[in-house]
Amino acid sequence: MGIDPVVLFFVFGLFAGLVKSELKLPPALYETLSIILLLAIGLHGGVELAEQASAALLGQSLLVLGLGVLLPILAFILLRGLRFDRVNAAAVAAHYGSVSAGTFAVVVAYLAAREIFFESYMPLFVAILEIPAILVGILLAKGVSRDTDWKELGREIFLGKSIMLLLGGLLIGAIAGKEAIKPLEPLYTSMFKPVLAFFLLEMGLIASGQLGSLKRYGFKLAAFALLMPLIGALIGALLARFMGLSLGGTAMLATLAASASYIAVPAAMRLAVPEANPSLSLTASLGITFPFNILIGIPLYLALAERLIAWGF
Amino acid sequence: MNAHNRTLLTVICEAALEHKLEADLKNLGAPGWTLSDARGSGSRGVRSAGWDTDGNIRLEVICSREIAERIAEHLQARYYENFAMVCYLAEVEVLRPEKF
Repeated sequence: MGIDPVVLFFVFGLFAGLVKSELKLPPALYETLSIILLLAIGLHGGVELAEQASAALLGQSLLVLGLGVLLPILAFILLRGLRFDRVNAAAVAAHYGSVSAGTFAVVVAYLAAREIFFESYMPLFVAILEIPAILVGILLAKGVSRDTDWKELGREIFLGKSIMLLLGGLLIGAIAGKEAIKPLEPLYTSMFKPVLAFFLLEMGLIASGQLGSLKRYGFKLAAFALLMPLIGALIGALLARFMGLSLGGTAMLATLAASASYIAVPAAMRLAVPEANPSLSLTASLGITFPFNILIGIPLYLALAERLIAWGF
Repeated sequence: MNAHNRTLLTVICEAALEHKLEADLKNLGAPGWTLSDARGSGSRGVRSAGWDTDGNIRLEVICSREIAERIAEHLQARYYENFAMVCYLAEVEVLRPEKF
C-alpha cells in the first residue's frame, strides 16, 4: 500500500508554508472542515454505539478518564526534568494530556483504508480525554487558587466546540439509528476523506508557521515533543490491551494518548493560566507532535499494537 | 449641527478575552460597544487571525470620559501584564448624547 494521499496533502501544506507561498485557505473554510469532521466522527460512533452498547463501556470510560489524568502528570514531570519553569511546564503538559481530534480523524481514515476493525465508541473516548488534562494542568500551574474563575472555565472546557460537536454527533447518531441516518452516511463514508484532505492541507500550512518559532525554543522543546508521544502511545496501547480492545482499538487509543491538543486546551489555558507562554505549547503540539504523528506515529502505533498482541499482552 | 463631546475607547486584544471583556464592560457601565475581528502585528508578534487562539478583536466603546477612564484603568490592571492588548482614548463628537 502506497502513501495515503491525505498525508500527501499535509506534506503539500507543510511545503507550501515553508517556502512562504501565497497559498492561504480562508479561515472560515478551516472552521467548516473541522466542524464537518467532528460531526461525522460523532455520528458514525453514535450509529454503531446504538447497535453494540454494553455495560463494559462504563468501566472502560473510567479507565480512559484515568489515562487523561495520568498523561499530563507524566508530561509535567518530564518537562520539569528538562528544566522548564513550573507554569510553562504545566501549560504544555495540559496540551499533551489532552487529545487532537484532527489526529484522530487521520487514524480513523488510516485504519478504514486497511480495513482494520476498531471499536465504534472511540469518539466517546476522544471527548472523555479532552477534559481532565486541562484541570490537571491548571492545578499543576497554580494549585487550588481562589482567583481561578471556575464558572467561566467550566463553560470553556465542557461546552467547547469540539466536545459539543462530538457528543452532539454521537447522540444524533445513536437516537436516529442506522436506517434513518442513511441519507447522511456520505459524511463518514465517501465524503470523509476529501474533507480530511483539505483539512490536512490547512493543517500543513498552520504547522509550518509554528515550525518557524521552533528555533527560539530549541532542542529541549523538540526533544519533549518527540519523546512524549512515544511514551503516551506505549501507555495508551498497554491500557487498551488491558481493556481488551481490538487491534484497531489499541492502535487508536495509542494514537489518542500520543496526540496533543491544539484547539480546546490553548483556549482554556490562555484564560486560566495567562502567565504561560502560549506559543511554547502550540509550537510543540502543532509544529512537531502533530506532523510526527501524521507522518510517522500512526503507522508506528499500529505496528506497536500488532507487536503487543503477538506477544500475548 | 449640534454636536456633543464624548470619549471613544478602543481596545485591540486577543480574541480569547472576548467573553471576559464583555462581562467587564457590562459591570463597569459601558452603554454599548462594537466588536470586530482584527489582524496586525506588534510587540507580541504577528497576530494573523488565521487561528482561534491567534486572532485579535477590536472593541470600541463610546461613553463619558469618566467611564472610559474607569474601563481603561481596569484593563491595564487586569490584563496588560499577560495578554496582548492595546487600548487608547480619543475625543469624539456625537449627535445624540443621550445614547452614550
